[in-house]
Amino acid sequence: MFKFIARRLLETIPVLLIIITGSFFLMHAAPGGPFDSERRVTPEIQRNLEAHYGLNKPLHRQYLDYLGRLVLHGDFGPSFKYSNRTVNELIGESLPVSLRLGMYGMIIALVIGVTAGIIASLRPNTATDYVPMTLAMTGICLPTFVLGPLLVLLFAMKLKWFNPSGWYDPTDAVLPSLTLGIYYAAYLARLTRGGMLEVLSQDYIRTARAKGASEWRVVLKHALRGGLLPVVSFLGPALAGIISGSFVVESIFQIPGLGRYFVTAAFNRDYTMVMGTVIFFAVLIVAFNLLVDVVQVWLNPRLRFQ
Amino acid sequence: MLELEAVKQAKALESATPETAEAGSSLWRDAWHRLLKNKLSVVGGVIVIIVTLLCAFAGVIAPDPNSQDLALYASAPSHAHWFGTDTLGRDLFARVLFGGRISLAVGMVATLVALCIGVVYGTISGYYGGNVDAVMMRIVDIIYALPFTIFVILLSVFFNNDETRARINHVIHATGLKFSLGSEFNIVLLFAAIGAVEWLTMARIVRGQVRSLRKMDFVEAAEALGIRPQRIIFRHMIPNVLGPIIVYTTLTIPSVMLLEAFLSFLGLGVQPPNASWGVLIGEGAKSMEEFPWLLTYPGLALSITLFSFNFLGDGLRDALDPRASKD
Repeated sequence: MFKFIARRLLETIPVLLIIITGSFFLMHAAPGGPFDSERRVTPEIQRNLEAHYGLNKPLHRQYLDYLGRLVLHGDFGPSFKYSNRTVNELIGESLPVSLRLGMYGMIIALVIGVTAGIIASLRPNTATDYVPMTLAMTGICLPTFVLGPLLVLLFAMKLKWFNPSGWYDPTDAVLPSLTLGIYYAAYLARLTRGGMLEVLSQDYIRTARAKGASEWRVVLKHALRGGLLPVVSFLGPALAGIISGSFVVESIFQIPGLGRYFVTAAFNRDYTMVMGTVIFFAVLIVAFNLLVDVVQVWLNPRLRFQ
Repeated sequence: MLELEAVKQAKALESATPETAEAGSSLWRDAWHRLLKNKLSVVGGVIVIIVTLLCAFAGVIAPDPNSQDLALYASAPSHAHWFGTDTLGRDLFARVLFGGRISLAVGMVATLVALCIGVVYGTISGYYGGNVDAVMMRIVDIIYALPFTIFVILLSVFFNNDETRARINHVIHATGLKFSLGSEFNIVLLFAAIGAVEWLTMARIVRGQVRSLRKMDFVEAAEALGIRPQRIIFRHMIPNVLGPIIVYTTLTIPSVMLLEAFLSFLGLGVQPPNASWGVLIGEGAKSMEEFPWLLTYPGLALSITLFSFNFLGDGLRDALDPRASKD
C-alpha cells in the first residue's frame, strides 16, 4: 500500500509540471498584454509596470521565477486586474464559498443517486426501475446552464420560495446545490444500478440469502460494498465535473466563489489569475484522484496485486 | 490445418473488393436489425437527422436570423414567429436553426479531429505494442490526468480571439495563399484545439481493440504472407474496429456540443453576432422572468438533440458490440 501511494505521488509530478509549464507558456503566448485595455499610459509608465511585474525579463527567466516562487512559497504572484491583490488572496477568499457549494452538490448527488440506483437495481425492468432510470436519463441530458435557470424560474420567480440569486441567506445554497448535484445524482444512479445488478447475481449473494440473511442485510451489507465500486471510481471525474459545473452555477446565481473568479479572469484576460486558478484546480483534482485510487484499493483488495 | 484455413481467409480478404467483403460478413446486417429493434434509438436517430436537416437548410426554411425589427420587441410565440422574437425583435425560430448550425458544426469538427488523431494514435500504439505502446499510453495517461474543462477554458482564452486569428492569417499569407479566416473561425480554431485534446478515449478504445486483433489468426496469416504493416492496419485492423469507432463518435458529438454550449453560456465561446444554442440559452437566461420562451426553446433544442444523440449512441453500442455493457 505504501509503495502504491509513493508511486502514485511520483507520477503526479510530471502531470503537475506539464500543467504549470503548459499554462504558463500558453498564457504568455496569448495575444495582448495585461495592461492593454487600461487607460493609455506613457511608455515610461508602461516600462515601470512591466519592470514591477518582472515582464521585462526574458521569458525563460520569468518561467523559472514563477516556478521557483510557486514551488518554494506556494506563491501565485499578483493579479493583473485586481491591482494590489495577489492571486493567493483572491483564491483564499473565494475558495470557502466554492467548497461549501461543491460539498452540498456532492452530498445531494451521492444521497439521491445511490438511493435511486439501489431501488432501481432491486427489481430490474419493472416500474421501480424504469421511473428512476428515465428521470436519470433526463437529468443527464439537462445541462446545468439549462437546469439552473429553469429551477430559478420555477422556485424563485413563480413560487417565491428562494431568492433568485445571491449568497447571503443559508437558504440561498439550496438552488445552486441542486443545480450542481442533479446531473451527478443521475449519473451515479445509473452507475449504482449497473454495479448492483452485477453484484446481486453473484454466488456469494445467493449464499447470503440461503443462510437466511434478511433482504436489507443482503443489499446493504453484502452487495453494496462491491456494487459501489464503479461509483467510487467515478468520484474523481465527478469532482472535476463539479468544479467546472461551479463555473456555470456561480455565474447564474451570482455566487462570489472561485469558479466565478476564474471565468471572469478568463474573460478579462487576467493571465496570472487564470494561471493560478488552473494550477490550483489541477492540484486539487490530481490530489483527489489519488485519494480515490487509495479508497478503491482499500475497497477492492484484488487491485493490490496489479 | 487451422493455420492454413486462416491463410486462405486472409487471401480471400486480400483479393476481395470492399463491397463483397461487406456483403459477405453479416455483422453489419445483424447490427442494423438489432438497431431497428431498439425503438428509442431509432427515434433518436430520426430526430438527429431531422434536426441536422432543419439546421442545414435553415437558410431556406427560416427568415434572416439577424434582421432586427424593434416593433417586434420580445413578442410571444405566434403564427408569424413560431418561437417568438427576442429583445431586438429577431425571429427566435431562425436564430435557433442558425444557432444549431454552429452547434452541430462545432461538434462535428472537433469530433472529426479527435477521431483522426485517436484512431491513428491508438492503432499505432496497439499494433506495434512493446515499448512504443508503453510510452504512447503513458503520454495518454498523463494528458488524461489534466483537468479537462479547465484546460479547455485556458485554450479558449488563447484561441478564441481576433489576434490569434490575425497571426494565423499572417502565416497563411506568408505561404502565398490568397484567403483569410473570418471572425466565425475563432470558434472553429478553438474546437479544432479541443478536438486535439478529446482524442484520448478514442485512442484507448482503438488500441485495446487492435491489441486483441493483433493476436488473431487472420492477422498472423496476413503477416506470414508478407503484407506490409500499413496494409494490414488499413485493410484488416481498422475495418474490424469500425464498430466501436462509430459508437464512440456518436457519443463524442453530443459531449463536444455540450462543451461548446457551456463555453458560450459563460461568454467564452461563440461571440455575437454569431449565435449558437449556448449563446441563445445564455441570452434567454438573462431575461427569462419576462420572456421565458427565450430560454425554453433554445434549451429544448439543445436538450432534445443531446438526448437523441445519446440514445442513438447507446443503441449503436448495443447493436454493434453486444458484449459491451451499458454502464
